[in-house]
Amino acid sequence: MKINRLALCGNWILERFPLAKVWNEHMTHYYAPKNFNFWYFFGSLALLVLVNQFVTGILLTMNYKPDAKLAFDSVEYIMRDVNWGWLIRYMHSTGASAFFIVIYLHMFRGLMYGSFKQPRELIWIFGMLLFVCLMAEAFMGYLLPWGQMSYWGAQVIISLFSAIPVIGDDLSLWVRGDYVVSDATLNRFFAFHVISVPLVLVMLVFLHIVALHEVGSNNPDGIEIKKYKDEQGIPLDGIPFHPYYTVKDLVGVAVFLIFFATVIFYMPEMGGYFLEHANFIPADPMKTPEHIAPVWYFTPFYAILRAIPDKFAGVIGMGGAIVVLFLLPWLDRNPVRSIRYRGGIYKKALLLFVISFICLGYLGTQPATPTATLFARLFTSIYFGFFLLMPIYTRWEKTKPVPQRLTEQHSLEEQLHTLEEQLPALFEEITETKPVTTEIGDPAFRSSFFTRRPNAEGLLNVTTRLVKKLKESLD
Amino acid sequence: MKLITTLLLLLTLSVGAHAAEETKLQAANVDLSDKVSLLRGAKHFVTYCLGCHSAKYMRYLRIALDAGVDEKIVLKDIAPEGASIYDQLHSAMNKHDAEKWFGTQPPDLSLIARSRGADWLYSYLKSYYIDPTRPFGVNNMVFPDTAMPNPLWQLQGEQHTVQRKTIWGEYAQLVLDEPGKLSEREFDRMVNDLVNFLVYVGEPGQMERQSIGKYVLAFLLIFLVIAYLLKKEYWKDIHKDVH
Repeated sequence: MKINRLALCGNWILERFPLAKVWNEHMTHYYAPKNFNFWYFFGSLALLVLVNQFVTGILLTMNYKPDAKLAFDSVEYIMRDVNWGWLIRYMHSTGASAFFIVIYLHMFRGLMYGSFKQPRELIWIFGMLLFVCLMAEAFMGYLLPWGQMSYWGAQVIISLFSAIPVIGDDLSLWVRGDYVVSDATLNRFFAFHVISVPLVLVMLVFLHIVALHEVGSNNPDGIEIKKYKDEQGIPLDGIPFHPYYTVKDLVGVAVFLIFFATVIFYMPEMGGYFLEHANFIPADPMKTPEHIAPVWYFTPFYAILRAIPDKFAGVIGMGGAIVVLFLLPWLDRNPVRSIRYRGGIYKKALLLFVISFICLGYLGTQPATPTATLFARLFTSIYFGFFLLMPIYTRWEKTKPVPQRLTEQHSLEEQLHTLEEQLPALFEEITETKPVTTEIGDPAFRSSFFTRRPNAEGLLNVTTRLVKKLKESLD
Repeated sequence: MKLITTLLLLLTLSVGAHAAEETKLQAANVDLSDKVSLLRGAKHFVTYCLGCHSAKYMRYLRIALDAGVDEKIVLKDIAPEGASIYDQLHSAMNKHDAEKWFGTQPPDLSLIARSRGADWLYSYLKSYYIDPTRPFGVNNMVFPDTAMPNPLWQLQGEQHTVQRKTIWGEYAQLVLDEPGKLSEREFDRMVNDLVNFLVYVGEPGQMERQSIGKYVLAFLLIFLVIAYLLKKEYWKDIHKDVH
């Protein structure tokens, strides 16, 4: 009888709410390509980090005081006197950096496999809006601990608005609510950080996923699985998202959490990259730090800003670096999506882009010496060149034939297995054995043992082979 | 490709050259599990630092709890006369007096180890030298023109700088003129205890954090194995289809 009652209760809800329908549509009857690889973990991981930020963020607001006189003290109070406060705070601060790592990898996946191309332009646009929101969220959240870097970072970035002609000064005054970053700024940033921006983020995540589930997921082969369906209308190369990808993502979650926990428990400052050293000094409007650097995830854009000599042009350059990403679906003229079947020119361009993005990120953390600025200019040109020249070089591309159905790639286990088999031969090749003769001991045993030494010729051969292989992978 | 490699090489070179200009720091030996060192450091802090600097996020009670000693011992041996075990490590110095005497307020030292780093603190406290041009007659190699007089001069003695020449150029070295109350080894240990204590004060929970960390990681590793086996079990039928 008891079970019947429960079932009745369940039915009562299901008759009034399309729970089963939503679940089926988005989980058990959502068919995803079966060849997702490593790069497809980061979407679900981004969602995990978002939830982490929400939960820890709510817990932090329970003890944090958005007041210029109390903010710094309240953070230290959380770190020292609130039960598990340090854990919550580190989960939140590490989560912020983790969010950007995951999102950058997620976006890179899109660049590699052409996930932004027709018919997925809108997913890309929603994703980019999410990225902009995330940057706003991170920027405003960084002011809240009210340390020196919080304060001066905000001061520098808000003052960028004043570079806009005519309305600039009034605009930056309006954003700050004061002539300098002050209590008024802290209060409004708190409001934006805990309510407005998170709401927009959640709505955009919803739109991002709804748009994705309308057209279906792309895949490492960059082909439409919906072209080939069975009698029941199920894509032949598709598998239900639940349970297959839920259990697979669970493995990704476990690996991610191992890294995440290692940082939280053993290196929460991450050498000054996740929590900057200067931010352990309370904000002091009278003392400008010698070197103001934003947190690592903003540094590529900060380097672009500094690379351009004129302040207003720099602001436009920095904004442009993000705007140009929105235009990506229309800049890339090549209909082939996946990098597996694209021409060498795109592979090389993407490699150059990744190198310049990382180098810009590094340069953004360093003082702007003349040499550093020169390099920043070079990498800025490559950054913009990658996007703005795309309509031209993607036309020249010599693409490879695209398969009709998904291809079977070697799984990680299989790759590891082959590597394991090849290792002894490889070891033989790069080393040589030499008999050793000694003067000591019984003559009968003198030449009976050998030593292994690195073999220069073998090493050279192996390196040449590796370089050739790498070069081939870029053609 | 060649161009990129050359550029990267140049980049690393320019960075290396930049780093060499800074003063070389001496490494502090930080060991938070050494409770006796922490207690000695606390004692030194109260004796030599607390006169001007507070550590306002820290309580005497917390020292007793973390070092595993009785509250009474902390009150008797470490805390100043009349302090309560629940007190924070406040300085008795008046802010306005401080501004008048030193031109600036001595900073709170609760987080100094997190903003400056242990090695910096260790080197800083050891790098004072006689400089008659400064208001207090001393200057510092690590922090030139520091506003702080040398609080430990009686212990360390007086140092002065000597210019040395090498093939790489000139550099200044500190030489002890007059030995203080402590030998060089004793003084190094004393400063190290102090730095050890400051690192602890920077984040009193860090020992707890690291000890919990291994259980969390152990749990996650088990979770990973189970999740992987679950995935493998589910995906069996998918891979069967293909082959």
